Amino acid sequence: MKFRSVFEIIGPVMIGPSSSHTAGAARIGLVARDLFGRQPEWARIHLYGSFAETYKGHGTDVAIIGGLLGYDTFDERIRTAFEDAEKLGMTFEFIAEEEEMDHPNTARLVIGDKEGDMELIGISIGGGTMEVVELNGFPLRLSGHFPALLVVHDDRAGVIANVSNAIAAQDMNIAHMEVGRKEKGEMALMVIEVDQVVNDELIEELRALPNVTQVSTLAN
Amino acid sequence: MDILFSNVKELVAIAEKEQQPISEIMIRQEMLLTRKSREDIVAQMENNLAVMEKSVEDGLKGVHSPSGLTGGDAVLIQNYMKTGKSLSGELLLDAVSKAVATNEVNAAMGLICATPTAGAAGIVPGTLFAVKNKLNPTHEQMVNYLFTTGAFGFIVANNASISGAAGGCQAETGSAASMAAAAIVEMAGGTPQQSAEAFSIVMKNMLGLVCDPVAGLVEVPCVKRNAMGAAKALVGADMALAGVISVIPTDEVIEAMHKIGQSMPSALRETAKGGLAATPTGKALEAKIFGKDKETRDPVTK
Repeated sequence: MKFRSVFEIIGPVMIGPSSSHTAGAARIGLVARDLFGRQPEWARIHLYGSFAETYKGHGTDVAIIGGLLGYDTFDERIRTAFEDAEKLGMTFEFIAEEEEMDHPNTARLVIGDKEGDMELIGISIGGGTMEVVELNGFPLRLSGHFPALLVVHDDRAGVIANVSNAIAAQDMNIAHMEVGRKEKGEMALMVIEVDQVVNDELIEELRALPNVTQVSTLAN
Repeated sequence: MDILFSNVKELVAIAEKEQQPISEIMIRQEMLLTRKSREDIVAQMENNLAVMEKSVEDGLKGVHSPSGLTGGDAVLIQNYMKTGKSLSGELLLDAVSKAVATNEVNAAMGLICATPTAGAAGIVPGTLFAVKNKLNPTHEQMVNYLFTTGAFGFIVANNASISGAAGGCQAETGSAASMAAAAIVEMAGGTPQQSAEAFSIVMKNMLGLVCDPVAGLVEVPCVKRNAMGAAKALVGADMALAGVISVIPTDEVIEAMHKIGQSMPSALRETAKGGLAATPTGKALEAKIFGKDKETRDPVTK
């Protein structure tokens, strides 16, 4: 089930003109910023399909930059996102791609600063709802509607059990979970959407688990 | 997962069994799926209703989009309506003008509530604030109107699509008009099954509608498709209340919409490459607004 709330249908409250190309795009930027964990200094944004064809008219570009600046769909500052980014010293570039992706509203965001960079592929599936389909080369599904935990770990037996036990110990319910790896025995990624807000204590606990290399959260 | 309904057949069955309106079933499902309290859910919908009311008011004062393609029509229709000469009737034209008002605000990058999308945001509030004058609903009934539209939209979004890029305009204004028809029936005292019939009657008349925005802007023909969507919603609701039924069951109509969307060429799914966008005037407007031919597709760097 892609849509889980009536407010994905009647909502969001947003700055026009397009729920998929403006609000959904802002959310892709916002989720990317949250996953990156800080304000990126630069962004390279590749647009595909309908995004590539019509991004100027829909304000897709200002919306994504607005999201990267931390603006939500109803934030009127979306209109001045380009100027605001410039003031912050964030540089950005939009590339309209010819390639056809699975979903017509696809954006690939490469963002970074001196500390590191991150690559995210997001799709806007209608009515302002978005999904993250790939993160740093890992395919995943993240609706952006629940608090989420991202756990980078070594592909070893027992890691998933340890992580889910730690979550259960906090009396936290898992709404959706996916595990992906590039190669058997190599680096793997767990994506866990939960019903409650993730606290720092849990993050520290997860970080201390054997074979877990990186933990980050995405609160909603 | 705890879910009360995933298609229209289940929705109508549970509403009839529980002797509750569809809006109430939607609220219960939302409580199950999000674990939020009834108070929180109703409060959020009240907020959405307030945003819609403000968008209609703003639009009726007269707004214009930055491109100059749309704006001011809501005022024209209201003024004409008040002369008493209208042929299609005041309530219908009131709904049309309020749908246009909301979409004119949207095109002007104003604040709106997507229902189910921004491009189709006019139909649900347009019909609601017009029908309001005839049925004199309570505040709670107005909020419930939105939950009923949401219940049908939820089914369409999960079983077909509400995205113009994925399914064409039938998925956007088609869904919105059908959702509104179902909610009008409930507000007017019709049964859950009559709501489903109204949905089907309207959706069947929106099938095949392509998404072909001039210059890629949510303006031409989007604003006028919201106008006609509001009109169809009212007529469809009246037909269902009169006892007319849809020969094809609602879930099959939704499935047909989905399949039509999937077989629509990409040029007619919000890429601004076909239909009205590709007419000589459409292309000329695009060149005028963006200053050059978009075919060059230069990367934009800032």
